[in-house]
Amino acid sequence: MAAHLSYGRVNLNILREAARKELREFLDKCSGSKAIVWDEYLTGPFGLIAQYSLLKEHEVEKMFTLKSGRLPSADVKNIIFFVRPRLELMDIIAENVFSEDKLHSSREFHILFVPRRSMLCEQRLKEQGVLGSFINIDEYILDLIPYDGDLLSMEYESAFRECYLENDQTSLYHTAKGLMTLQALYGTIPQIYGKGECARHVANMMLRMKREFAGSQNQILPVFDTLLLLDRNVDLLTPLATQLTYEGLIDEIYGINNGYVKLPPEKFAQKKQGEASKDLPTEPKKLQLNSAEELYAEIRDKNFNAVGAALSKKAKIISAAFEERHNAKTVGEIKQFVSQLPHMQAARSSLANHTSIAELIKDITTSEAFFDNLTVEQEFMTGVDTDKVNTYIEDCIAQKDPLIKILRLVCMQSVCNNGLKQKVFDYYKREILQTYGYEHILTLNNLEKGGLLKPQTSSRNNYPTIRKTLKLWMEDANEQNPNDISYVYSGYAPLSIRLTQVLARPGWRSIEEVLKMLPGPHFEERQQLPAGLHKKRQQGENRTTLVFFLGGVTYAEIAALRFLSQMEDSGMEYIIATTKLINGTTWIKSLMDRPECQTP
Amino acid sequence: MAFITANWNPLGEAFYRKTELYEMSWNLRDGLRDSLVAAAPYGGPIALLREPHRRSPSSRPQLEIYSASGVAIASFPWKSGPVVQLGWTVSDELLCVQEDGSVLIYDLFGSFKRHFSMGQSTKLQVLEAKVFHSPYGTGVAIVTGSSRFTLATNIDELKLRRLPEVPGLQGKPSCWVVLTQDRQTKVLLSNGPELFILDNTSCTAVCPPGLSPQAGNIVHMSVSFSYKYLALFTDTGHLWTGSSHLQEKLSEVDTKKTTTPKQMIWCRRPKSQQPSVVLMWDRLLLVAGVCSDTDPCVLVGELDGVRIVSSTNQELLQEVPLVCQDIFKIASMAPGALLLEAHREYEKSSQKADEYLREIKEQSMLGEAVRQCVEAAGHEYDTNTQKSLLRAASFGKCFLTDFSPDQFVTTCRELRVLNAVRESSVGLPLTHTQFKQMTLQVLIDRLVYRQFYPLAIEICRYLKIPDYQGVSRVLKHWASYEAIARAVCVKVGDSPGVSYSHIAAKAYECGRTELAIKLLDFEARSGEQVPLLLKMKRSQLALSKAVESGDTDLVYTVVSYLKNEMNRGDFFMTLRNQPVALSLYRQFCKLQEQDTLKDLYNQDDDHQELANYYVTASYREKRLESRLSLLQSAVDEYNKAKNEFAAKATEDEMRLLRFQRKLDDEKGAGLLGLSLQATIEALLALGLHKQAEQLYRDFKVPDKRYWWLKLKSLAEKEEWEELEKFSKSKKSPIGYLAFVEVCIKCNNKYEAKKYVSKVAPEQKVKAHLAVSDLEGAADAAIERRNESEMAAVLSRCSASDRLLIDRLNRARTTATKK
Repeated sequence: MAAHLSYGRVNLNILREAARKELREFLDKCSGSKAIVWDEYLTGPFGLIAQYSLLKEHEVEKMFTLKSGRLPSADVKNIIFFVRPRLELMDIIAENVFSEDKLHSSREFHILFVPRRSMLCEQRLKEQGVLGSFINIDEYILDLIPYDGDLLSMEYESAFRECYLENDQTSLYHTAKGLMTLQALYGTIPQIYGKGECARHVANMMLRMKREFAGSQNQILPVFDTLLLLDRNVDLLTPLATQLTYEGLIDEIYGINNGYVKLPPEKFAQKKQGEASKDLPTEPKKLQLNSAEELYAEIRDKNFNAVGAALSKKAKIISAAFEERHNAKTVGEIKQFVSQLPHMQAARSSLANHTSIAELIKDITTSEAFFDNLTVEQEFMTGVDTDKVNTYIEDCIAQKDPLIKILRLVCMQSVCNNGLKQKVFDYYKREILQTYGYEHILTLNNLEKGGLLKPQTSSRNNYPTIRKTLKLWMEDANEQNPNDISYVYSGYAPLSIRLTQVLARPGWRSIEEVLKMLPGPHFEERQQLPAGLHKKRQQGENRTTLVFFLGGVTYAEIAALRFLSQMEDSGMEYIIATTKLINGTTWIKSLMDRPECQTP
Repeated sequence: MAFITANWNPLGEAFYRKTELYEMSWNLRDGLRDSLVAAAPYGGPIALLREPHRRSPSSRPQLEIYSASGVAIASFPWKSGPVVQLGWTVSDELLCVQEDGSVLIYDLFGSFKRHFSMGQSTKLQVLEAKVFHSPYGTGVAIVTGSSRFTLATNIDELKLRRLPEVPGLQGKPSCWVVLTQDRQTKVLLSNGPELFILDNTSCTAVCPPGLSPQAGNIVHMSVSFSYKYLALFTDTGHLWTGSSHLQEKLSEVDTKKTTTPKQMIWCRRPKSQQPSVVLMWDRLLLVAGVCSDTDPCVLVGELDGVRIVSSTNQELLQEVPLVCQDIFKIASMAPGALLLEAHREYEKSSQKADEYLREIKEQSMLGEAVRQCVEAAGHEYDTNTQKSLLRAASFGKCFLTDFSPDQFVTTCRELRVLNAVRESSVGLPLTHTQFKQMTLQVLIDRLVYRQFYPLAIEICRYLKIPDYQGVSRVLKHWASYEAIARAVCVKVGDSPGVSYSHIAAKAYECGRTELAIKLLDFEARSGEQVPLLLKMKRSQLALSKAVESGDTDLVYTVVSYLKNEMNRGDFFMTLRNQPVALSLYRQFCKLQEQDTLKDLYNQDDDHQELANYYVTASYREKRLESRLSLLQSAVDEYNKAKNEFAAKATEDEMRLLRFQRKLDDEKGAGLLGLSLQATIEALLALGLHKQAEQLYRDFKVPDKRYWWLKLKSLAEKEEWEELEKFSKSKKSPIGYLAFVEVCIKCNNKYEAKKYVSKVAPEQKVKAHLAVSDLEGAADAAIERRNESEMAAVLSRCSASDRLLIDRLNRARTTATKK
């Protein structure tokens, strides 16, 4: 069912199976029929671990969304709450339990905390006087969720905001715990590198936790050679730029959520022959996107400009395969052809889907607005006129384009200029407040606190030095047959990935100067392996690095890392982990504050 | 070695044997008569309560606890009420079920631990009780005087279930058992000829398949160790055996005994050839056919057999494992048997050894022979037999290449451990099968619980168990038991993974707080230190340890504890010294206690955050006046924070709000809450040009934006004359292409064309194209000699524009030539 997780260099299915086993064990603890009451936020991440069928096998008959008031009636023995440890949710649960007791007394209550049990929450339940009503209170440790064959995500949306705006390091604690679980399954990671405050904090916690379990030597041959921890605020630029890979664009335009995308239905109408398609579907088309789909795995990381060619090549191969039937003469040949049919049909429908998606995207990427926006982004990234008020941004504000688009551009200009001149800075802010409303002063404050938008403090703009040293801009990026990671943004090579690339070869020592310009400390730690677990590397065997992005990673960055893994001479394979998959829009959104306006 | 089979008795296909385990160390005056006896499986302890119903206060019954070998562990007079049933939990605690429904729990050493009750009613009268084990732990079931059953499946998480009524049942049933099936605990009972299954919700009459109706009433029943098999005994002496699901029958035997047996226990082993039932009458022990005389004794069902405890000795009755049969059966030709024989000849230096070996090797069965010997050794209780089997195996191994020694080595080690714990002084008569089931971990736990610390440590070291699971754990228990913590650190030293917090907790229990704190310092896991520190009222220390652990939930817990403990001032001061805790508390307040948040910022003189707080608060206000006053506070705080921009912006906001209110009052414009831009738009739409103009000036709206705004608004209202006038009012800061495009957007090509001529040269082509004037576009492009513009025009041409295309192409070639 989740075969795509086991194809990669590291079999992430082990992790998923471990998670499923634990879920089954919990469900069996509550014997008899059951209903699950969901903290809505959790349903997406859980979908990556277990489908409804698994729950059903364990007598889950009903599912509800957690909301205040009375629980819907259901003829089940057990009511299980699946919740994050949040106080406001405890209050709702207490309300549910209270209104329930009067009606039936036979239903039994359980709570499953995800990802961790919380004393604070239990205390709250106790204060509300319902703690005693629960038969089982348990935790379901779901830190790192296998998202794809080479990708783990914590699906922890507010991590960046919590770490950088609120100084709340809960997500980092979970990260460290998740990495300990990972090491328990895949062996101790001998080398840890990192850059940034959060990275330092996570590494410290990991080393501390290792000390705490000093008696337990992990006897598993290490799968990962290196762990690289990167703070998102080391590279604030990359997520702001518009991603230009196929998957990146799908995410930018439609948004990929927990591995699913919802698309406008018109293009996907089933056209049956002789039947006029009168009733167009109105429900958005929901598609799962991962490497289990052969074609998608092939094109997801290509620059969008190379996708068309790939699709038409694929179309030719598929129709040629269907033509084969004319050559099938003997019964044996026909039988063989028929046996391949299901696979071919799947390939054909996959092709149809992606052709439709590519058409949808093309309509947008060929529009003037998209082109203008991209031009300005590229100007900023190459350092053109970053110290002046930009006319395009001005025009966009005048046209009342979406606020997030404006914020992305302004922040990008700020980052590429190492802060804006005070006059420019104030001008933008005033424009935004006057046009979109004064309530956004809170959002602007947040962006400032997070370092995305700031006034220039030192007179020297160090971005050009960083750009040149790390070769962040490549003039002749080859989109069709890339030879460098810069293809993912048609010219811009993501800073985070350059850091990763340089670490592998020739090493960070060569870029000490630049590292000092970027925020936070950089460090290296070694974890002692027990004797006998030192890997004897075969000639030509690749090393494996786990890159952990604290605060989010974009699909384009992932594409760039996959590209590096595939490069013949890189000698390195990358597995990616993150707190959350983000893009500029979702990222900025998570940093916005919207006070609910009370209109008199 | 014929004598090995001497005590084997055949039964059907299988053999049964009785092995003597111990001569009991105890000295019982009256034997086991008139006593309540409970013996725990897995070689567990034995509890004995003599004459439980004797109520005279002058002669109280004595409760005695022995190890399985009969070594006295504890003994004390029973002072509570009459006991109905004794039983052991999975963790070797003794349960005493009293007639009044209360259950008293004692540990192995006879000290009282706690008690609970099987029902609320004071008039509860327990007729019979049973202690049972299931995957959920140890449970208790009772049947009361009112013929109702009550179950508790796990006494550690007590939850009583009162089962439904059984139709027609008066008093207690003739017999009953507790079953665990499909994750549910049920009761099977018989009442005269009827048989019922009781679960949580229903009572169902059932009928065992194939039990002849003449068989009579069921008077005794027994369920196997694994809950898989059931045996029923009727008053006509019929013994029915089958699956506990009552779906299949195994056998039916007429025992010709019409009295009810005292005990009936299943005797089987995992992978048994044939499960059988052991029945015991006063002077008869019957294994579904085999009989021998016996003293009054007690049967203990085990995973792989039955232990028979009598007042003088203890025996294990079990089906002979297949592999032992193969080896020791008379005239057996199994490879293992031959290998054993070969080795014996070899020791006698006889050449026959070679013949035997050859015979095995010819069948290529040597590997199998070694395996058989090793496995059989595991099942043997007698050390000499073990030795000879293992020697034979080791001998056979010499002739094999490529044979993994793992099994041999493990078995040798495990047997050494088992022989050690079987010693009468330790008294854990575990079989190898039981040991595997129970796991080494549990065995060590049990040794520790019985306070055999040195033996436990020896075993851990011998089996090379990782320290944190083995030696350290034993030391921890030892240290907590001794509770002489000062010496502890010296002894425990720096064995990694020792849980100092447990030791410290013990020290605290003994009233040595300071010592406990010192001990806690040795604890590597800061998270573990916190709860105890809180308990000892060392909250500041607890806070810093919680912060150190990185576990935010722990920090929250300590913070909320401190909040209740301290006065507000001290509390805030404490937080100030712990920035991590402070920011977490702020988060908490943001969601739960907005007012406290303000106080926190105030205390820290964090004016910026305080101002933000007021801004947020202002949006929660409905009344304009209170909103304005909050915003004024925000302005003041922004000023204090030297954030001039924000102060100015907030003042602007207030000004806008006042303006909006005024106009709303005067004209009913519905402006309040709109952004400045939207306000001006609304004003223009309403035709209030003067007021719009005023805002534009007062708020210093940049010309560009204002022009855009006005242009769009006029076009939307189709005030074309007004628009033209506006375009001429001064030079447009946004150029004139915007005019063209906006007009086209409003579908007025005629108006659009008016502005084309004013468009700056570099945008002219675009402007012409916008009004679909291809000729004009071509002219402009050619004039500018701009190739990409020409291409843009070309791309818009259709085939009918032949002339134009030619012209453009010609111009393109000349342009490229240059």
